[in-house]
Amino acid sequence: MTEPAGEPAIEARGLQKAFDDTVAVDGLDLAVARGEVFGLVGPDGAGKTTTIRMLCGVFAPTAGTARVLGFDVAAHAHEVQRRIGYVPQRFSLYPELTVDENLLFRARVHDMGGEALARRHERLLSFTRLGRFRHRLVANLSGGMKQKLALAAALIHEPEVLLLDEPTTGVDPVSRGEFWQMLLGLAEEGMTVLVATAYMDEAERCRRLGLLHEGRLLLSGTPRQIRQEARLTLLQVACDPLLQGRAAARGAAGVRWVEVFGDRLHVAVEREGAAPGLRQALEKAGARVTSIQPAEPGMEDAFFELVRRRGRSG
Amino acid sequence: MSAPAIDVQRLTKRFGDFTAVDDVSFSVARGEVFGLLGPNGAGKSTTIRMLCGILGPTAGRGEVAGHDIVGEPEAVRARIGYMSQKFSLYLDLSVLENLEFYGGVYGLGRDRLGERIGWALEMAGLRERGDQLAAELPAGWRQRLALGCALLHEPEVVFLDEPTAGADPMSRRQFWEVIYELRGAGVTTLVSTHYMDEAERCDRLGFIFAGKLAALDRPDRLKQVREKGTLVEVECDRPAAAAAALQATAGFASARLHGAGIHVGLDEPAGAAAGVRSALEEAGFRVERAEVVGPTLEDVFVSLIEEMEASSGAAVR
Repeated sequence: MTEPAGEPAIEARGLQKAFDDTVAVDGLDLAVARGEVFGLVGPDGAGKTTTIRMLCGVFAPTAGTARVLGFDVAAHAHEVQRRIGYVPQRFSLYPELTVDENLLFRARVHDMGGEALARRHERLLSFTRLGRFRHRLVANLSGGMKQKLALAAALIHEPEVLLLDEPTTGVDPVSRGEFWQMLLGLAEEGMTVLVATAYMDEAERCRRLGLLHEGRLLLSGTPRQIRQEARLTLLQVACDPLLQGRAAARGAAGVRWVEVFGDRLHVAVEREGAAPGLRQALEKAGARVTSIQPAEPGMEDAFFELVRRRGRSG
Repeated sequence: MSAPAIDVQRLTKRFGDFTAVDDVSFSVARGEVFGLLGPNGAGKSTTIRMLCGILGPTAGRGEVAGHDIVGEPEAVRARIGYMSQKFSLYLDLSVLENLEFYGGVYGLGRDRLGERIGWALEMAGLRERGDQLAAELPAGWRQRLALGCALLHEPEVVFLDEPTAGADPMSRRQFWEVIYELRGAGVTTLVSTHYMDEAERCDRLGFIFAGKLAALDRPDRLKQVREKGTLVEVECDRPAAAAAALQATAGFASARLHGAGIHVGLDEPAGAAAGVRSALEEAGFRVERAEVVGPTLEDVFVSLIEEMEASSGAAVR
């Protein structure tokens, strides 16, 4: 290890990135401990990708500092890049090369060769279960396999920190599950992982989450803490006609938001005990209510509520 | 009951010796929100393209909005909206120019076009951004613009091929709000998705694996019908290592990560949760919670894939 024990693997202070007329990241403070899986969530355009690119030393910050494994990302970008693996949002491999060729090409970029590379190469193929596809052109891999290969390529030089930018977009749930078992397995063996995701079931798997909004860290904590912070009471309402019920619920006292969910409404209310009042409001508007039941708010609901409360400019 | 909005009988599409869609039959009622689920490469997009009259089937037949997809593809295309996976937008045109272009393709008259563009800008939240290039829009906004273009001519049936991939939860909610507005107006939607919460929002679901329709039902019914044996949910430390340990233990091979925990399917209900707990504790894991739960749609999805892989002897993903 290259830094004193206890120092965070990733640390940002007042990190800022401005492009011509927009501030993409605006005074971000962040600390990720060694071996932690830290999830970056937030609306489109919140600054997730820009943050990750700065931590990779690809974008120079406009202001503030970030250190990865003790190295300043602006002053020592090369030192940082030698020690991190990066899986970008856009697929980063060569479709006209095979699985093997892509891994070996990536190794050459890192000046790797010989016995050590051969061992590493085989280990990654078995870890990602891509061994039997090693001679296949990347263009002919399924979406899930491509993502596993992108992960393997990011791991070829044995990095200590892994940065992933929405790595599983458009991948089916079973392949995503396998991908995450690999990711968590790496972290359980000491790898530090920072991952941006738009999937809330993936957010639940992180040790800690940071909710990014308009370039700032709105809050951070364990998934449980984030859900509690939203302080949501959710009711599931069956009524007919549904859209008439929705309109009435939106006008009812103590209601934060309403959405249609299949053949029901999800109604977020200020407090428990809002059900009788809600039923009255719907019936008055001519919607027949067949049931009102409490529902368990999920991470998706919490995210929606926290961003909504902050006001969404988009 | 009126005729179904979509009616598919034994639809098949082969590319050379590869069968992308294999003898698929289903129908979708008017005003229904129908979800198409399945692994990458299962045949969802190919099915959608055939129903849009873009790709001719190798065998079988289909009717959309009362017109034959083979004999009357023009009539089909006039009555449907289609949003493809790769956005069907011109990135070097502005928001307004994209809408005007699609209005022209659909042959909308000037007054109606003006009115519909107004509607689309409002729906997509793009009123202030008419002059912005499509390329400059964040992903979620671009997806809503593509939806606006697909709905400009007020189609009877809408096909959305993974319309929300990569969109944030706020954008996805806005998207579904539009789908439900359409449902309220009697418009039929067929949508493919990898998000299980979106699958829960559909009236009915079709699961496609290796080109075959493996299941077809309402989300709640699928969970009831597919419930076999006993499912145990575990929360413990080091879940990846714990899942791997269970996978290597006889009887617990079905263990896999689910949300923050692990789901293990067991044949024998008696003592199921206690059995999983003690197996993990013996292996040195700290178990916070182990209890029997009902299956989620993701569990249904996984069990269908496993069945298909077992019966075909090949990976379907």
